[in-house]
Amino acid sequence: METNNTMAFSRRAFMRTTGLAGGGMLIGFNLFQACKPQVKLEPPVDLSTLDYKDFNAFIKIAENGVVTIFSPNPEIGQGVKTSMPMIIAEELDVAWKNVHVVQGKLDTENFDRQVAGGSQSLRHGWDALRQTGATAKQMLVNAAAARWGVEASECTVSEGVITSPTGETLGYGDVVTEAAQLEVPEKVTLKKPSEYKIIGKDAQNVDIDEIITGKPLFGLDYKADGMVYAAVVRPPAFGQQLTTFDATKAKGMPGVLDVVTIGEKARKLIEAQPNIAGILSDSDKVVVIAETTWQAFKAKEAIEAEWEDDVRMESTEDHDAELNALLDGKEFNTMREDGNVDKAFAEADQVLERTYEAPFLPHNCMEPMNFYAHITDDKVHLVGPIQTPAWKAGAVSAMLDRKPEEIELEMTRQGGGFGRRLYGDFVLEAAEIADKIRKPVKVVYTREDDMNDGIYRMALKYRIKAGIKDGSVTAYHLKEAAVNSNMYGLIPNFFPAGAIENYKVDAAAYKSNITTGAWRAPYTNFLAYAEQSFFDELAELMEVDKVQMRIDLLKKVDADADERIQYSPERMIKVIETAVEKSGWGNAPSNVYQGFVNYYCHNTHVAEVADVKIEDGLPVVKKVTCVVDCGIVVNPLGALNQIEGGVLDGVGHSMYGDFGFENGKPTATNYDRYRLIRMKEAPVVETYFIENEIAPTGLGEPTLPPAGGAIANAFKAATGNRLYQQPFSKFPELLKPKEKEIIG
Amino acid sequence: MPTYQIKVNGENKSVDVSSDTPLLWVLRDHLDLVGTKYGCGIGLCGACTVHVDGTAMRSCSMTLEQVQGKSITTIEGLSEFGEHPVQQAWKEVDVPQCGYCQAGQIMTASAFLESNPSPTADEIKNAMHGNICRCASYNRIYRAVEKAAENMD
Repeated sequence: METNNTMAFSRRAFMRTTGLAGGGMLIGFNLFQACKPQVKLEPPVDLSTLDYKDFNAFIKIAENGVVTIFSPNPEIGQGVKTSMPMIIAEELDVAWKNVHVVQGKLDTENFDRQVAGGSQSLRHGWDALRQTGATAKQMLVNAAAARWGVEASECTVSEGVITSPTGETLGYGDVVTEAAQLEVPEKVTLKKPSEYKIIGKDAQNVDIDEIITGKPLFGLDYKADGMVYAAVVRPPAFGQQLTTFDATKAKGMPGVLDVVTIGEKARKLIEAQPNIAGILSDSDKVVVIAETTWQAFKAKEAIEAEWEDDVRMESTEDHDAELNALLDGKEFNTMREDGNVDKAFAEADQVLERTYEAPFLPHNCMEPMNFYAHITDDKVHLVGPIQTPAWKAGAVSAMLDRKPEEIELEMTRQGGGFGRRLYGDFVLEAAEIADKIRKPVKVVYTREDDMNDGIYRMALKYRIKAGIKDGSVTAYHLKEAAVNSNMYGLIPNFFPAGAIENYKVDAAAYKSNITTGAWRAPYTNFLAYAEQSFFDELAELMEVDKVQMRIDLLKKVDADADERIQYSPERMIKVIETAVEKSGWGNAPSNVYQGFVNYYCHNTHVAEVADVKIEDGLPVVKKVTCVVDCGIVVNPLGALNQIEGGVLDGVGHSMYGDFGFENGKPTATNYDRYRLIRMKEAPVVETYFIENEIAPTGLGEPTLPPAGGAIANAFKAATGNRLYQQPFSKFPELLKPKEKEIIG
Repeated sequence: MPTYQIKVNGENKSVDVSSDTPLLWVLRDHLDLVGTKYGCGIGLCGACTVHVDGTAMRSCSMTLEQVQGKSITTIEGLSEFGEHPVQQAWKEVDVPQCGYCQAGQIMTASAFLESNPSPTADEIKNAMHGNICRCASYNRIYRAVEKAAENMD
């Protein structure tokens, strides 16, 4: 999608403006779809009573010219609270330093996509954010032009100051009250990328001052008058149900106010919405209510609970066997099929087949799951870190039989998301507890709760088979076996779809008691490693250059002829060629071993080259060169942070991330037995952007998937060993360089 | 419950808590100093790092008995307005992604630079190795510590 500066919008359908009670102008708009026709803003609006029901984002321009932008999307560390307002400010034409950003609340009624997930916030918001800023600017210019009696087109604007043809000037604040009374213009002109003053420039995190001084920003920091704390005893193993419990000891402990059970409302919700069972246990749970967090944690340990386990208590070996059986079996859901792979394999000169395996992974957000709820007869007040506020508010409304308009959900800054906070099982728990005790209460997970009551990245395996005929790859068959759910429908149309004549993607799932879900870059976080390891091995078998093989495949793709194809072969080739140049691919010093990966996911094209050295007899990742085509880079400073974080997260989890089960119980409960990447293991990341004027795409996920493949390919170069299972650190023998064979 | 007198950010505070209550939860729940974060509760992630008599310590693993008569500094007390060179370096480099672990990182870095004002690259990495950043902003943390060391000269 090229950036379009003349695109016609029905502004009336997604924007309303009005005057403010205290003076100034308010623009309500919706980022993702048209507002409902009944939505009205009747002046004068009193901001303090605004209930945010009708719009999911607002701009307020005060009479002193200060601009406040209420940013709608949840901030989980991906930077949208900075980058989305930057886009508005650009078209509004104000100085970024005069913009104040506030986290907007949830609108449960009118809008759907107030979500942090899939790296989609910028991509979906791009047009609406620009239109909104430009429309507001045009209204301000129209007001100034009317006052001067000149044509608006004769006026110019710079940083919030409007200049008339004769050189008179008016600030936005001077005309904002008049502007608010004007009709919303039907046609506005957007800036050309060459005119950008904010987009493409570095902007610091809008919360930086609060973060470095330790201000209360996060859900765990939220406090309310009379608030109590809740710690929840959940089934220790997946599939267990509470039978009895004894809270005598806990009730006598300091600060303990009550011990209650929840589960009834959760089961009612599961009955109405069976999918909820995939993220929430239907067992009763014991809840300790205490005056402080620590008292709740301590008393929770003193609860003596009995559990029944009359369903299968699964262990890692079971998952392994089930997934192998799926791969060996014939029951698959075919997600894409081109040509005839079976025939092509039968006719092939050579066939390569490999299987790649990955464990479950917990998300491990640094801020453990938590949520605040206060429920009265009039209102359901929810506050905390959640990636999907609308979905959860809806579920709470259904669970407690409360009208949607009675629910107010406020999002705090979030100490990481990575997919875990999409699910909001903790919101449902908080609501059920608050409904029962009718006090303001915050549910807080211990780290052990957080790791043991997860919604994990599922264990999964890929088996890939390719056929070679007359020096070309003629067939490609990818099979996925995964716990609970399979890849989403776009993935089979990622590279190498379209490049190989006979191509098939099959998927099968084993239904487990263990709750699983999206984990940063779902499926591709492992698939990229599997496929890109396989391509390297294929090139070795074919005795062709690894990078050239990828380019040759890409050149066969006619993306225009197949609208299912998600990636652009041209953009992919460009990132590959840039990565070759920037990383010195093929020209590295003799003690540097390199691994190459190109990948497309989340609408972004990426190539990564890992540089590995052998130190003390083991391979060490020293540097990752990362080339990214995400279209226009809105905030380079924030973008680089996302890219580096994604690369290191990919390196860390493919190296160390290991999580299993024994009779339904997780094998790790805290960082003593679960390893995350740390400072000394972090390679340097060198990032290069492809410069173009294409509409921006998100960066929360796309640099993670290629990293695991890049280091696996580099390790192969360094040690001679190919790694088929993650995490790599679990196989120390394969990390040692192979003994060189000496002949004669 | 016993009463403890502790000195936090230069002020004497009196708190009534059970003797096993970690300093972390006293700071957060009793004294409203929520800049110090809970991450793991077993001293392995560093999110709860504070200074005890100038030394970086894990507040989740310390009782009030252990800090009697000692001076505790939290992120809120590191400087009045965030002007400490380490905080300023964090801002200049724009370190945070989600931001949750950063108070602990800053407290570790500031105590380290106090004891070692001109560190080598390896010394910085060793000093910061105990603090987990799940967003993996490690390279910016490294650059910020390096910058702070330059600015503290």
